[in-house]
Amino acid sequence: MIEKKVKEALGNKIVKWEKKNERRYYIEIKKEDLEEIAKMLFNDLKLRFSIASGVDTIDHFEILYHFSCDEEDKFFSLRLRLDKKKPEAPSISGIITAAKWIEREMWELLGINFVGHPGLKRLLLTDDWPKGVCPLRKDFTNEQRPKA
Amino acid sequence: MSKDQKRRTIIPIGPYHPLQEEPEFFELEVEGETVKKLNIHIGYNHRSIEKLSESKHFDQVTFLVERICGICSTSHPFAYVQAVEDLAGIEIPERAKYIRCIIGELERLHSHLLWLGLAGHFIGYNTLWMWAWKYREIVLDICEQISGNRNHYAMMIIGGVRRDIFNKEIDELIKKTESLNGPLNMFKGAAIDDPVIGARTRGVGILTKENAINYCVLGPTARASGIDIDSRRDSPHNSAYDLVEWNVPVLTDGDVFAKVVVRILEMLESVKIITQSLDRLRDLKEGDIQTEVREIPAGEGIGTYEAPRGEVFHYVRSNGGNTPFRHKIRAPSYMNILSNEVAVIGGDIADACITLAAVDPCYCCTDRMQAVEGGKIKYDWKQLLKLSQEKTEKIKKEI
Repeated sequence: MIEKKVKEALGNKIVKWEKKNERRYYIEIKKEDLEEIAKMLFNDLKLRFSIASGVDTIDHFEILYHFSCDEEDKFFSLRLRLDKKKPEAPSISGIITAAKWIEREMWELLGINFVGHPGLKRLLLTDDWPKGVCPLRKDFTNEQRPKA
Repeated sequence: MSKDQKRRTIIPIGPYHPLQEEPEFFELEVEGETVKKLNIHIGYNHRSIEKLSESKHFDQVTFLVERICGICSTSHPFAYVQAVEDLAGIEIPERAKYIRCIIGELERLHSHLLWLGLAGHFIGYNTLWMWAWKYREIVLDICEQISGNRNHYAMMIIGGVRRDIFNKEIDELIKKTESLNGPLNMFKGAAIDDPVIGARTRGVGILTKENAINYCVLGPTARASGIDIDSRRDSPHNSAYDLVEWNVPVLTDGDVFAKVVVRILEMLESVKIITQSLDRLRDLKEGDIQTEVREIPAGEGIGTYEAPRGEVFHYVRSNGGNTPFRHKIRAPSYMNILSNEVAVIGGDIADACITLAAVDPCYCCTDRMQAVEGGKIKYDWKQLLKLSQEKTEKIKKEI
């Protein structure tokens, strides 16, 4: 049911539709469409925003926005590919308040910029953490840590 | 800045409190006695477990994530093994499914009893605190009998569970678990009928359904605001929650009282789940508790489990090696604590204490609060607690 609805709602905005099994769907989309799709899934289809995962895949960045349909036990994960040189994505915290913290977290740990976020500031790292050092990136080395 | 905003006093609560588990820092902006704004700061105990996880092999990670939280120490491994099993398409034996549920529910019981005791203490109802913690001991004893530990049970493993429950001990375990029904019903009666608890918690710290949806809150916090979600019922894959009879209590008021009642009702359901699961074990072969897992293929998987505070979410990606390539963890308090931003607004300072604690935020932190006005310390945590407890005394006298 919900599978069909999501497919219809997204229409030609789907870059790649991947059904891993009956309970997990991974949908690749373009970042220009993210806000509109988030609105559709969250406001219209009433899916629950579970969380977003930022991934450094070495040659690019990925963000997965996990939306859950609790009635049918399904997860729809929107996959966004971002350029390694200038990782930037539109903020969805205006649409989903719960995304405020996770966007701050991805910004500081992976260095992904969220355009339109009301207050991009440190969430987890200490105040004396050096600027521009992103510990969740794969090229992060222990030497980059601030000395105690 | 408006004239009113200039007159605001900031009351910092946190970030460290030696009694509780995690440090957070709440800045209450107050005008007189009324809370106008809340700023939340987290990260004081950041341990970079997601990064550490990338350096451990798949089996080790199970025990690493167990260390995320001492109270919900089986929820994180539960969700993590679900994620890896989803990644690799592993099914587990039926006996393991029941044992997973038993240990998960025991954890819920002791966690809710711990919270109930603390909530009682925060509103100055210390009898409730001592009762709740007394009966929590029974639960911890059962945990010790099954796993060898009062906490950190180390029961989960990819493909099943690590330890079996002996069939000859089942009668005794059922008897011990059922002995909790009496005290739990007593708590139910005490919480629902007691005029003091009612006066301190009814209509306090309301989280509306609309806000609950926007903040994507989870667990008892969501179920007290009328959102009918429970990952145990909604996503029972590789666990026995769809094989036993139980209910999901949902209330609609969204105040602290509703959160108290939801948790108490949930504990009674937990007892049902545990006794039924133990009973079913008798018909299943002892020792059949693991599916052998040799390799984790490349791919990605999502696992969830309903921890005492709400849904725990784990996302694991593998590129075919023996360690996770990426492991994203989201604990329920991450979503729930942010909702305090709206729940405490408009309440008074004496109620802030219990409202902040009502989401059971792996709370912590409350020790170093000082309100400075005109260079003099106005309130610190002790005084805030006193303020809260005095309010209860006052209500008691009025009633």
